[in-house]
Amino acid sequence: MSLLDHLPVLLVIGPLLCAPLLVLIRIPSVVRWLAQAVVTATAAGAFWLVQTVNEPISYRMGGWTPPVGIEYRVDKVAALVALVVTSVAAIALLIGHKAARDTVIKGRLHLFYAAYLLCLTGLLGMTMTGDAFNVFVFLEISSLSTYALVAMGRRRNAFVAAFNYLVLGTIGGTFVLIGIGLMFQMTGTLNMADLAERLVEARDTRTIHVALAFMLIGLSVKLAVFPLHQWLPNAYAESPSAVSTFLAGSATKVVYFQLMRVIFTLFGASYIFGEARLGTLLVPLSLLAMFLGSAAAVYQSSLKRLLAYSSIAQVGYLTLALALGTEEGLRAGLLHLMAHAVTKAGMFAVVAIIVDRLGTDHIAALQGLSRRMPITAGLLVLGGIGLIGVPGTAGFVSKLALVDAALGAEHVFVAGAILMSSLIAVVYVWRVVEVMYFKTESEGPRLRERPASFVPAGIFLALMLGMGLYSEPAFELARAGASQLFGGMP
Amino acid sequence: MSFSIEMILFGFLLVMAVVIGKQRNLFAASMLMGIFSLIAAGLFSLMDAQDVAFTEASVGAGMSTVLFLATLALMPNEEKERKFSWSALAVVTVTGAALIYGTIDMPLYGDPLAPVHQHIATHFLEDSWTEIGLPNIVTSVLASYRGFDTFGELAVVFTAGVGVTLILGIPGGYTDEVSPTGNPVHINEMPVVRAVSKALLPFILLFALYVQAHGDFGPGGGFQAGVILATGYILYALVWGSTELERVIPRGVVERITSVGVLFYGGVGVFSMISGFSFLDYSAIDPEHPAHGQHLGIFLVELGVGITVSAVMIVIYYVFTARGVRGLLEPER
Repeated sequence: MSLLDHLPVLLVIGPLLCAPLLVLIRIPSVVRWLAQAVVTATAAGAFWLVQTVNEPISYRMGGWTPPVGIEYRVDKVAALVALVVTSVAAIALLIGHKAARDTVIKGRLHLFYAAYLLCLTGLLGMTMTGDAFNVFVFLEISSLSTYALVAMGRRRNAFVAAFNYLVLGTIGGTFVLIGIGLMFQMTGTLNMADLAERLVEARDTRTIHVALAFMLIGLSVKLAVFPLHQWLPNAYAESPSAVSTFLAGSATKVVYFQLMRVIFTLFGASYIFGEARLGTLLVPLSLLAMFLGSAAAVYQSSLKRLLAYSSIAQVGYLTLALALGTEEGLRAGLLHLMAHAVTKAGMFAVVAIIVDRLGTDHIAALQGLSRRMPITAGLLVLGGIGLIGVPGTAGFVSKLALVDAALGAEHVFVAGAILMSSLIAVVYVWRVVEVMYFKTESEGPRLRERPASFVPAGIFLALMLGMGLYSEPAFELARAGASQLFGGMP
Repeated sequence: MSFSIEMILFGFLLVMAVVIGKQRNLFAASMLMGIFSLIAAGLFSLMDAQDVAFTEASVGAGMSTVLFLATLALMPNEEKERKFSWSALAVVTVTGAALIYGTIDMPLYGDPLAPVHQHIATHFLEDSWTEIGLPNIVTSVLASYRGFDTFGELAVVFTAGVGVTLILGIPGGYTDEVSPTGNPVHINEMPVVRAVSKALLPFILLFALYVQAHGDFGPGGGFQAGVILATGYILYALVWGSTELERVIPRGVVERITSVGVLFYGGVGVFSMISGFSFLDYSAIDPEHPAHGQHLGIFLVELGVGITVSAVMIVIYYVFTARGVRGLLEPER
C-alpha cells in the first residue's frame, strides 16, 4: 500500500499519537512546536486528499472487509470537511501559543496541547469514518477534549460554561448513541453503506422512526440548531480565544456533515423530505434561528457573545440549505460551511488580538479603536463585511447560492427571508463599527500593534476574500461534493 | 424462569433509579448508584454478556463509587433544595414515551432470527475461529474486527485523564481522608480495615493480571484488568493515604504512563502499516501464520489498554483527592 492509500487514517492517528507523546515530553518549547508541526502536517495532508479524491476511497481497518470490520470512506465532501477542520486548527493554534501561556496554569501546558490535538483527532475521525459506531467513539473524543479546553478560559465562568456544555453535549451524544443502537438492532450492521441498503427495508418500522428522531435530535444539540443552542453562546464566549476560533470554524461543521450523511447517505433525501417530511420542521426552525440568533446578536454587550449568537444564525442558514432537500441546496450548504468557517474563525482571531491587548471583549471598551489599533479595527470590519455577505466576500458567494437554491426549490418566501436576515447582520456589525469609529468619549491611548499577531486573522480573512473574489475552486468542490453525496452511496 | 428473574431485576433498577433521584443525601445516593450498577451487571450476565457485566461491575460499582466518595469528601453531604420543574418532567416523559413506542416493532427478546443475530454476527460466530482462533469471540470482535473502535475508546479514556488533569490538576498535597460522613477517625487507625486491605491487596493485583491475560479465553481483557489493577492501588491510597501511594508510584510517573498504553496500541497499528498492511491488521506480525499474528496482536493491544486504563484511573483518583488542599478550584493564573 502506498502512502496515499494510508492518508485518511494517517490524518487521524497523527494527532492521536502525538497527544500522548506531548504528555511524555512535557518541555513547553518542544511541545508547542511539535503540536504545531503535526497539526500543520494534517492540513497539508487534507489538502492533498482533496486534490486526489474522486471516487470515494475505502480503507479497511485491520484488513477486515466491511461490513465485518470498520471502514474509512472518504468522498469529496469528507475531504472538504477535513480540509476545513485541519486548516482552521492549524491557523487557530498560532493564536493558541500565546493564549495558552497566558491562561493555562504553569506546568500543564502540555496537557492543553494534548487536549487540542485530541479534539482535532475526534473531529477528523468522525469525518473520515464510514462506520456509524465509530462516529460515536470519535464524537466522544472530541467532546471530552472540548469540555476541558472550554474550561481553560480566563474567567471562572468558563467552568460553568464547560459544565453546561458537558451536560447538554452528553445528552446529545447519548441520543446519537441510542439512534445508532436502534438502527443496529433492526439491521444488524454498523457500516453506513451497508446500513443504507438495509434501512430501505427496515425504515418503515416504529423502531427506525424513533432511531431517526434520536439521531437527528442528538446531532441538532451538537450542531446548536435552534432551539437546542443554549450551550453555544457561553461555550464560545468563555473559552480561550484560540479555542473559540478553532471551535467556531470546525466543530459544528463536522456535526453538520454527520447530519448530511444521516439525511442523504443513510436514509436518502426522498425518504427524509418525502415520507418523513423533515422539511416542514427544519425550514421554520432554520428561519427562527436566522432571525432570533441575529436579533440576539444585536443586543450583546460582549464581542465574543455577539459572534456566538451570529453563529447560531449561521447554523440556521446551514440547516436551511439542507432543508430545501435539493442538490442545489446541498451545494449551497457546503459553500456556506466553507465561507462561514473562514469568516467566523477570522473574526474570533481578531477578537483574540483585542482581548490580548485590551484584556476584555466588551463592545463598550472598543471606543476609538479605529485610532488606538487601526489595523485591528480594520480587520474586524472586514470580517463583519464578510459576515453580512457583501459582494467580494465568501459570504456573498454562499448566500447567493442559497438564495438561488431557495428560488430553485420554489421557496420565494425563504429566499426573501435570507436577504432580510442579512440586514439584521448589518445592524449588529454596524453597532461595533459605530463604537470603534465614531465614539471617542473615553478613548484610551494608541496601542502598539504587533505584526505577528495579525497572521492568524490575516490568513483567515485573506481566504475569505480569496473565496469571494475567485470562487471557482470552492464552487467546483461544492458542486462535485454535493452531486456525490446527493446521489447516495455509489 | 430466567425471564422472570430478569423482570425482577429490571423492577429493582427502576425502583433504584427513582430512589436515587429522590435521595437528598449524596453519600447515600453514591452508594445506591453502586448498587444500581451491580444490578445492571447482574442483568448483563443473565443476558450472557459476561464481558459487559464484568466491566459494569468493576467500573460502575467499583471505580465510580470511589471517585464519588473522593469528590464528596470536598463537598457538603446534603444536596440543596431544588425546585420541581414541570418542563423537565415533560421532556423526560416524552423521551421515555418515544423509546417505549420504538420497542413496539423490535424483534422479541432473545429471538434468534433478529437482524443482530443474522447479519455480521454470523461471520463472527462461524469464521472467527479460523481467522483469529480465540475461544472468546467477544475479544476477537473487540480487539481485532473492531480494533479501531477499541483504539478510539482507549483514546477516550486517555482524553478523560488529560481533561481531568488539565482542569483540576493543581500540583499540591492531598486531602488524604476520604470521610464524607465527617468521621474524624483516620481509616488507617482501624485494625480490621488495615488487616483486611493488606490481606486483599496481593489477590487484587494478581487477579488483575489474570483478567488481563485471560481475556482470550473467558470474560476479561485490558479494560477490566486495568480497572481492577487501579482498584488495588486506590484501596491502598484509601487506607494509607495518597501521600503513601505517591511513595509507591509518584503522580508524575503515572501521568506519563497514561500515554504509554495509547502509544503501545497505536504502535502495533503503525507497525502493520509499515509492513505494508492496513492499520491494526495484526496479520502483519506473522504474515506466514495470520491467525498467530492475530493472537499476538490482540495480546499486545490488550496490554496497551490495560496500561492506559489503570494509569488514568489512578491519575483521576490522585487529582480528585489533591484538590482540597490548596483551596477549591482557584487556579493560579
